[in-house]
Formats: sequence, C-alpha cells, structure tokens
Amino acid sequence: MRVLLIEDDRETAQFLAKALKESGHTADLAGDGETGLAMAMEGTYDVLIVDRMLPKMDGLVVVKTLRTEGRRAPVLILSALGDVDDRVKGLRAGGDDYLTKPYAFSELLARIEALSRRAVPEEQETRYSVGDLVLDRLSHRVTRGGEGILLQPREYRLLEYLMKHAGQVVTRTMLLEHVWDYHFDPQTNVIDVHISRLRSKIDKSFDRPLLHTVRGAGYMIRDGAP
Amino acid sequence: MALPEPLSKVFRSAAFRLASLGLAAFLVVAASVAGLLFWQTNAVLSDQVLATLKAEAAALENEAKTNGVPGLIEAVKQRSIPEGPGLYFLADLRGMKLAGNLNRLPPEIAELPQGGVFRYERGAGPSDAEHLGVAIPVPLEAGLRLIIGRDVEEQRLFASRMKRIFLGGFGVLTLASLLGGLAIGRAVLKRIETMSAASRSIMAGDLSRRIPLAGSGDELDELAQSFNAMLERIEQLMSGMKEVSDNIAHDLKTPLNRLRNRAEAALRDPRGTEAHREGLERTIEQADELITTFNALLLIARLEAGAAQENSTTFDAGELVRDMGELYQPVAEESGATLSISAEANAPITANKQLISQAVANLIDNALKYGVAAGKTAADISIGLNVVDRTAEIWVADHGMGINAADRERVLKRFVRLEESRTLPGTGLGLSLVAAVARLHKGSVRLEDNEPGLRIVVALPLAIAGG
Repeated sequence: MRVLLIEDDRETAQFLAKALKESGHTADLAGDGETGLAMAMEGTYDVLIVDRMLPKMDGLVVVKTLRTEGRRAPVLILSALGDVDDRVKGLRAGGDDYLTKPYAFSELLARIEALSRRAVPEEQETRYSVGDLVLDRLSHRVTRGGEGILLQPREYRLLEYLMKHAGQVVTRTMLLEHVWDYHFDPQTNVIDVHISRLRSKIDKSFDRPLLHTVRGAGYMIRDGAP
Repeated sequence: MALPEPLSKVFRSAAFRLASLGLAAFLVVAASVAGLLFWQTNAVLSDQVLATLKAEAAALENEAKTNGVPGLIEAVKQRSIPEGPGLYFLADLRGMKLAGNLNRLPPEIAELPQGGVFRYERGAGPSDAEHLGVAIPVPLEAGLRLIIGRDVEEQRLFASRMKRIFLGGFGVLTLASLLGGLAIGRAVLKRIETMSAASRSIMAGDLSRRIPLAGSGDELDELAQSFNAMLERIEQLMSGMKEVSDNIAHDLKTPLNRLRNRAEAALRDPRGTEAHREGLERTIEQADELITTFNALLLIARLEAGAAQENSTTFDAGELVRDMGELYQPVAEESGATLSISAEANAPITANKQLISQAVANLIDNALKYGVAAGKTAADISIGLNVVDRTAEIWVADHGMGINAADRERVLKRFVRLEESRTLPGTGLGLSLVAAVARLHKGSVRLEDNEPGLRIVVALPLAIAGG
C-alpha cells in the first residue's frame, strides 16, 4: 500500500514512515500543506494521512482542495484536536476517518488498512464469507458449516463489520465507532465482552477459531491464525 | 383579585414606581397652588364687593341724613332695578317693606349686625333659581331698617366652575400619568427583558450574542453598549484562551505522541528483554492515562466555553439510555454485577449525542467502580429515564457507599476524589465532565441518596415539539 504522509513534525513523520515500512507499506513524506497537496495531486496513493495543523496550508484545506479536484483517495486526518466538533469538521471537509493524537500506531495502521480497502470500489457485496462462516446481508442470516447461528441485532452488526474487514485488524475504537456510533473512549473496556459473547456463538463449538485477538491492537476475523 | 402576571410585573417595575412617585409629588404641589389661587381670587372678589357695599351704605346714610326718610325711600326705589346686581330692602319698624327689590328680609342677615351671605329667590319664574347674595345693614336712625347687598351668584358659579375644573383636571392628569407610567414601565421593562434574555443566552455560552440597542442613545443604551464592550472583551479573551488551549493541545500532544511512538517502536525491537518490555508497556499505559486526563480537561474547558453546540441533533434520550445500558450490560454481568434498565420512551432532547453518551458512560463507569455494596464483590446498578415536567431525567443508581450530603456538590468539581476512592484508578474528572455536559445543554446534575447508595440524576430539557 502506498501512503502519502503529510505531517510537519519530522520525528513523528519519520517514526510513522519507518513503522509503515516495517508493516510492508511504502510511505512518502511531505512536511507542509502545499508540498503535500502537490504530491497528492501528482502521485497515486492508496491512502493519505493528513495532519490537521500544517504550515503553509491547513490540513482541512488540503483535503477540501483534493476533493474539489476530484481526487478520491481515502484520507485519514490526524489531529491534536479531539472534540466531537473537530471530528465532524474533519469529516465534512472530505476526510474519511479522523484520529486524535496521540494514538497507538496499531490504531493508525488498522484504520488506514480499513480505508485502503474502501478505496476499491465497493461492489454491493450481499454475502461475506470467512472459512465456513457465511453472513448473508440480504436475509441477515448467519451460518457456519451450514448450521444457522442466532445473533442479537448488535452482534450481527459487530460480525458484519468484522467480516467486511476480514483479514484486517479492527481496533476496539473502530468497533465502538462503527457498530455503536460512539466516538469517545469508555474507561471500561466494553467491547471485549461483546466480542467474547460473539465468539462463543460463532467459534465455541468449532475446532477452527475464526475470530482472533491481535495482542495490543484489536481483533481480526480470518480463516487461520493471523 | 390577583393581577395577571405581566401587569403586576409592570406595577412592580422601577419605572412605574418612579412615575407614580413623581405624579404624587406633582399632585400635592399643583393642589396647593390651585387652592391658593382659588382662595385668593375669592378673597379679592369678596373684598371688592364689600368695598362697593360700604361706599353705597355711606351714600345712602348721607341721603337719609340730608333728605330724610322720603328721600331715602326715593333713593332706594331708584336703585332697586329688578334683576339688577344691587339688592335692597328697606323696612319700617314693624318690618313692613317700604322699598327695595328683595321681597323680604333674608333671615340669615336679620340676626347679623355685620351682614353676611344669604340665599334668596330671584324673580318669580321657575327658571330663576336661588341666587347667592352678600348684604350688609346700613345703620339708620328712626327705627328704619335698610339692607343693601350684591348678587354674587356669578362669583359663586365661577368658584364652583373653578372647583370642577381643578378636580376634573387632576383626575384626568392622574389617570394620564398612571397610564403613561404603565406604558413607560412596560416599555422599559421590555427593553430590560430583552437585555436579560440576551445575557441569559450569553451565559449559556453563546458569546457572540450582543445586547440589542434601541438606538435612542439613552442611559439604557449606554448600559447596553458598556455590556457589549465588556462582552467583546470577554469574547476576545475566550477565543484567545481557545487558541491557547488548541496550541497547548497541539504542543503537548505532539511530544506525548513521540513518547508513545518511541516506546512502541522500542517495544517492537526483538533485542529487548522481558524487563524492558514490561517497562515500556507501563510507560505506554502511563502515557495513555496522561492523555485521557488531558483530553478530559480540554473537553471540559471547551464545554464550559460553550463549544460543541454546532452538532446538536434531536433524538430520543430514552433510546440512548437503553443503548448505553445494553452496551454495558455484558460488562456488568461478566464482573458479577447486575445492570437493569428502565427507560421511558419518547423523551426527545436536542443535544450533542456523543457528549450525552459520554456523560452516561461516565456515570455507568462510576457506578460499576464505586457502587459495590458492603459484603458484595460486584455492583448492583440500575439506569433509566423518566420524563418529569418537560425534563428528561436520566438517572444511574447503585447500592454502594453513596456520597455524604456534604460532599455531593464537591465531587462535581475537577480533580476532586473522595478519600474512599483514591485507591481506585480514575482521573477525578468523570463527574465534572457530566456536570459540564449538563450545563452546556441547559440541564443540571443532582446527587441523591439511593438508600443505600448513590443516585445521580442528569436533568435535560425536552426538545420543543417541532423545533
């Protein structure tokens, strides 16, 4: 995955570039808004990571300009400002996701991987399947090995999101945001228990576990160990 | 009878009171002036009449002396013009009328040696009513009796007309002043009302509001202008503060981010020993804790400055409470706690949904943490929503230690943690955030005794239908 990183803090940028490389991606760096915009217009990137506060041109202006020029590459906005309002402003400007500093690299990685997937024109998939687990989005039926599994509505949405991003790490905050639509950090780790309930329904009576915990990052659904 | 509220408010207004006071003072002064004027006019008129009568009396006395009784009779007859202003009555010893245009001796005068005021019938027709006259006796010898007088009906009419004019005038004046006072009171009250409405909305966080000017340049306008200048200054300071807090956010979070990044990078290094790893993991944990506290502080500061109102939507608070309950129920059950939900539906509120959710989450987090009853290992909590008096009351109750009445106000403040809870992890900002969120939405937070335990109620105004 080719990533363009527009970030004025050199140390953060270098750390991110290095970590991205270690994760098997390539990253180009831009130190200010103008350079970043020029590079984004020329190059082909799978994902852009844009800092909100940039010298020469504000991060939100960069994103807005890209969108008016018709560039559709997914954008993750990084910001020190973490208010609900700031988030909404970021998304309105054309950002696809918003991450507040400081963040865990695993969180950032999971999010850009989820975004790059989105860049591929999402044909209306009516069925997700991982191994012998099948989720039918039309009938809302979930089966494993042909056997029906009864899920609560929220469990269904949790599984649907995980399966949509099958093979990718999905963090707890991503789940909280997309399945519950909450954009804050609860002090108690509420997601883990929901995951373990879901796991008991889809994995418990089967030999091959599909829903895996990725240590220090989140969860992943895939056929085989992550 | 009780006055309708707005009118009684006008009566209590400073402007109306001032107007009434002014009116009362004016009436007293005007009445004294009018009274004096009236009395003086009357006195002058009476003096004139008396002077004329005395001169005439002297003339007639003289006539009697020089020409005797027949001359006097002749003189009186000459002067006695019927219906004229001069009144005469001349009688002999036995009281028989000898001459004059009065029919009889006025009984009021008969007894008075100095003369005086009397009433008499004028003419014969019914159209001529009683008139008022003033008369004095003329001292004569030989047992004759002469009374001369003047008809003062006109003066009487004038006086009574004056009285009517004064009384009527004062009546109209009083009425007009009261109405004027009411109108002024109402107008001033209305302006003050707009000023307080503006200041209320400013207090609610809308610092861009200004107090409207009437454009008359009067004292109220001047006051409003001073207020507006003050607001301008406050707004500048606040936006300066916001900028500073944004900068602090940026400048503090960037190094925090680097710290976390380095720790993460080091953690990934395969050369590290288990001890290093543990140290780094603790470092990241601590950094995250710092970040949590920092974020909460920033958020509270911005809420108190009235931010985050742009993203208000109208939604059912009952549904939100149920949703939050369902999010936490498995966590509670896992730890052996119970969480029961009883939320009324149809409680639309206009608010920032994320903030309300966060407030409810903080309350449930607290209840799970502190709501453990003595002798138990896990909390037993209930959450819900009731609609009371156009207010959505979201409540979270537990059966734990509760909070002493004396400490209830205090725990809403920043960084206040009670002795009993210091051992448990937490920032001391959870309830302050709840209070700030409630305040931002024109609501309130109250802490109650759940007998035993704590019951926290967040009261938020219901959305106005259609708005």
